[in-house]
Parts: sequence; C-alpha cells; structure tokens
Amino acid sequence: MLNIEHLTVAVNGKTILRDINLHIAPGEVHVLFGPNGTGKSTLISTIMGFDRYKVLEGKIYFKGQDITDAPCYERAQLGIGVMIQRPPTIRGLSLQKMVEICGASPREVASMAKWMGMSDFLNRSVNDGFSGGELKRSELLQLMAQKPDLLLLDEPESGVDIENIALVGRAANYILQHTDCDKSHCEQPCCGQNTLCDENNPLKESRHSGLIITHLGHILKYVPAHTAHILYNGTLTCQSGDPLDVLHCISETGYEKCVRGICGRGKA
Amino acid sequence: MDRNELQSALKKQAAFGTDIDLNSYDDNNDVHVQSTADMTTTGKEKLERVGIDLTETNRSATFVQVDNAAIEAKTKAQTPLELMNTGMAAKKYPELVEKYWWKAVKPDTDKYTAITALESEQGYFIRVKAGTKIDAPLQACVFMGHEDQLQRVHNVIILEEGAELNIISGCASDTNVEHGVHLGISEMFVGKGAKLSFTMIHSWGENVSVRPRTVTIVEEDGQFISNYVCMEKVKDIQMYPTTRLIGKGAVARLNSVLVAPTGSHMDIGGKAILEVPGTRAEIVTRSISTGGEIINRGNLTGQAEEIKAHLECHGLMLSNDGYIRAIPELAAESANAELSHEAAVGRIAPEEIEYLMARGMSEEDATATIVRGFLNVNIEGLPDSLAKKITDTLDTFSVHQGC
Repeated sequence: MLNIEHLTVAVNGKTILRDINLHIAPGEVHVLFGPNGTGKSTLISTIMGFDRYKVLEGKIYFKGQDITDAPCYERAQLGIGVMIQRPPTIRGLSLQKMVEICGASPREVASMAKWMGMSDFLNRSVNDGFSGGELKRSELLQLMAQKPDLLLLDEPESGVDIENIALVGRAANYILQHTDCDKSHCEQPCCGQNTLCDENNPLKESRHSGLIITHLGHILKYVPAHTAHILYNGTLTCQSGDPLDVLHCISETGYEKCVRGICGRGKA
Repeated sequence: MDRNELQSALKKQAAFGTDIDLNSYDDNNDVHVQSTADMTTTGKEKLERVGIDLTETNRSATFVQVDNAAIEAKTKAQTPLELMNTGMAAKKYPELVEKYWWKAVKPDTDKYTAITALESEQGYFIRVKAGTKIDAPLQACVFMGHEDQLQRVHNVIILEEGAELNIISGCASDTNVEHGVHLGISEMFVGKGAKLSFTMIHSWGENVSVRPRTVTIVEEDGQFISNYVCMEKVKDIQMYPTTRLIGKGAVARLNSVLVAPTGSHMDIGGKAILEVPGTRAEIVTRSISTGGEIINRGNLTGQAEEIKAHLECHGLMLSNDGYIRAIPELAAESANAELSHEAAVGRIAPEEIEYLMARGMSEEDATATIVRGFLNVNIEGLPDSLAKKITDTLDTFSVHQGC
C-alpha cells in the first residue's frame, strides 16, 4: 500500500526527518510512537503532500505509484485520507456540504452524522467553534465519506473525553473496515461491512491500511494494529511486532531506553 | 428648504468619493421606453440579475423606473399597500410631504441630494398602513438605459406601526451605457414595532458612477434588516447609508456582500446611530477584490446608555492589483455603551486551501469553495428564488474572473 524509501524532509529549510523507511502492506495498521517534536506529524503531512514539507531525498510510493511530487489533492483522490491535529475553520461552508464534498450523498451524510453524534452540527460552518472531541468527530465523519484506502490519524484521542474515545476508535475502525460490530448492531451504518451480519461469511479481511500517531495508545483498544514504530530524533529506529508491548516498554523505561532495548534484540 | 439654498448646495462636494461633474450628463425626464416589454433584451437580463422578476411570481407589487420616468407601479389585487411614483404621492398627500419628505436625508447634504431635491420627483413611494403584514416581497427597479443619463431617484418608504414589508430593490444599467450617473436618495421610516427587510442588488456598468444617499429611522421595537449585494463591475460607487435607532428596542442589521473586479471602485460605508437606551445594531461586510478597489467605512455611534452594537468587516484580496481598506470607527458617548468591531483583510489562509485539497479538491476548486463560504453571510428576508440566484452566482465564482 505505502512504501517510503530513504525519505529526508525539511520544513522551512530545517531538516526534520532523516532517511525514513516505512512499508505498510494492504490491510496493515501501523502505530507511530515518539516524543513531542520529533517529526511524527511531519511524516504524516509529508505523506499527504502538504506544501510546507519539502522532500530533500527519497521516494514515497502509494499503490506502486511514485507520489513523491504529486499534489495533495491527487494523493487524496488516489485514496489517502488524513486527520490532522488542528483543522482550520472554513467559515460559511456547512459541515453537511463538506461531507458531501468528501463523497457522501445527502442521505449518507444524515446517517453517518447520526452515528458520529454530529447531526446537530451539519448546518454549522466546518469546525467553527467545535470542541476538541467535536473536531475529531467532524474529521472522522468527513473521512467516513471519503473512504480512503490509507488512513492517516494524527493523535485521534487528543482532547477527546473518555466516553467519546470509544466512538472515535469505532469510527476509525469502520473506515479501516476492521469492524467490531456484533449482530445486534447490524442496522448501524458502521456495520455496512460487518460480515457477522451475513451468517455464511467469515470476518472479511480488510485491505485498508492505517498509520496512527498516538501517545497514550487508548485508540489501540478499539483499532487492532499490527506493528509499532518509534520515531526518535527524526529517524524511525526500529519496529516491534506488537504495538502494546512497545507502548508498555515506553511507559516503563522511556523512549530512549526502549529504542535501544528493542533494537538490541535485533528486531529492527 | 428654499430653492436658493438648494441652488447654492449644488456646489457642495460630498464628504467622501471623487467629485462628479454633473454638468457632463444629460438631465432629462424623457420617457425612453413605454413599458418593460419595450426594454432591450440585455436590459431585461440585467433586471433578472438584480432580483426583478418580470413575471411577478411571488411578488406583492412591482415598480420600474427607466432613466427618469416611472413606467410601472402596480400592486397586486387585494394587497393592502400603496406604491406609486414619489412625485404623484407628493401631490396626493401634501400632509405626508410635510412629515416625511427630506426629513431623514437633508436635501443640502451634498450636490447629489440638492439636484435631486430641486427637480420634480422621480423614485418610488411605498406605504404600509399600521398593523398590515405583507408576505410576498415588493420589487422595485431603477434602470438606466440611456447614454449620458443623469438619473435622479427619491424614494420614500413608510412602514406604520406594526407593519411588515420585504423589499427587493434592484438597480442596474444597460450593457451599452458608456456614460451615466445614478443619484438615489432613499428615506425609510420604520414605525413602532414594524419590520422592514430591504435587499438592494446592484449591477452597474464599468462606466457608470453611482451616489446613493440613504437614511433610515427606526422607532421603538422596530426592526430594520438591510442587505446590499454588489458583485459586478462598477466604475465608481460611493455610499454611506445611515440608520438612526430612535426608539427603545429598535434593532438594525446591515449586511453587505461586495466583489470588486478590476476597474471597479467601491466606497461602501455603513453607519448606525444608537440614539436611545436599549437599541442594538450589527453591521457585517464581506468584501473581495479580484483586482478592484474597495473602501469599507463602518461607524457605530452609541449616544445612549445600555446600547450594544457590533461591526464586522472582513476582506479577501485575491489579486495583486487593487486594494481593500477597512476603516471601522466606534464612538461611545455614554458610560454604558457596548461597541465592538472585528476587521481582517488579507489573503486566504493556505492551511484552509490545503485542508480542502486533502479531501480531494484541486487548488482552484478549494479556493473557490472558501471564497463562496466567505461571502455566504446569512441574508435574511430573501425569497428562496433570490437566495438561490445569489448562491448560483457565487457557485460560478472563478478566482480569476470574479462572479
């Protein structure tokens, strides 16, 4: 799905990321850990193709296509979707219209918004005066309509209260099509892909991929992830098979020791 | 005011705007067309652009003035409102002339008001009697079709106690007019508990100069909602409509949407004077320059206690040519006045464009979407068809060509 090779990135002339290599296969969800200011958001922004992020070296391939120099909207059209940390307000553009722009029919918008608890926000300007949790729900609502093949989430839990973290997690899961719905939820839109609703099929293997930045890992309770990476000093150091192990290691010993520890075990 | 005083006011320059030499225009009262059916195809199209529906669907009354001649003033049957040419109303109701004519706008304000006051009266007179609510909008059109025309308009609108009316006022010039000046004086009186929505849409040519002079007086618990839309090229327009809130509970809301293409000069102000306690005002302006010049003057004057008013003036520059100047002014003349303003002029934030691009829109589409949102102020009192027309115009907005 996504192949990043020897990527070096600068912002405003300052090199932030060095020699990044990252491979995400179809159906895989990867987690990105790392201290603040180390370049996690830069990596996601570079994959999306935001203007300020200049690729000095290396290549980004998406679905086998070299997108290193492709404009942002082409990447979106190819199937990359992003949730950024602080989305801007678009005054005068209703959330309803925005979700339609993302690809949903007016009817779909209504049912998706209901599920995301955003029905009362559809007539408001996009993100205008939204709280932290509302912003995340607004972003996920747009992404639901966009249906990306690669979902990039930058700290989806930040500013979200405990009650809503489950909703955010389930929404992310729905977009990734790793549904956690059971039979009693078959009427919900999240269960559009729910193979449990079809007696004869085993749980469908999703081909959608994700890359999630998280500090506390709450979202991992809801989104099954395959692999974790630690971004440290602008470089992806090594990876471990189990994101929860890495999270545990970081909280016990800190980033630096954990990076050395895992790499020391030769799992890089 | 006697004629000598008005004669001497003919030399009086206006407070703002380029001085116009009125002698270079043809000040005639000739009837150039007999009816709207005689109007040119381009003229009819222009009327449609400014919200005038010649089929009169969902309209309570229609007034059309071409150059300096009223060619139509008709009210639908069973509609309790009065609509006629201002000159005719002056003959019919001398007592109203005494009470209202030139009482809101001083006739010697400047040369434009003076020349309009000196001549026989063009323009429209509208009166809605106490307690009468008119549902369908009244449409009034002032059209310039003749070359070199000096067009004079004196409008008098009276809403008596508890009356309600929605007016669509469309002003335009024909596409072939290469030299013309429009002088439009409007005096509006919103009585106790009355509600007036006044939507003015302009579509002038690139060679037409425009000098509206408007004063509205709102009494106790009266509401005045004014919407002004000008999204097309105009050589030179200068106006500074003023609303006086003279009764407790009186409210004014003034919205303007301006788009200035290259070759336009728009000096558009707005002033609200809160003269007594318990009055409220809000002025909202959204302006875009695609190469033209815009000056936004806004003024809130609080003369009494317990008043509240807000002025909002946002401008987007979409070109390196032209300019937008925002000149907000607040004047509090009492200890308990709450006046605020918010002004911002500049480019579109690049992160907004990228945000939409990350949802799959091209840079051009993203920019146009943001611009449409920017201009999308909540215009109240518009019939759906007209609201749709404005939205459609915005939908065709191109960053390079304007609307």
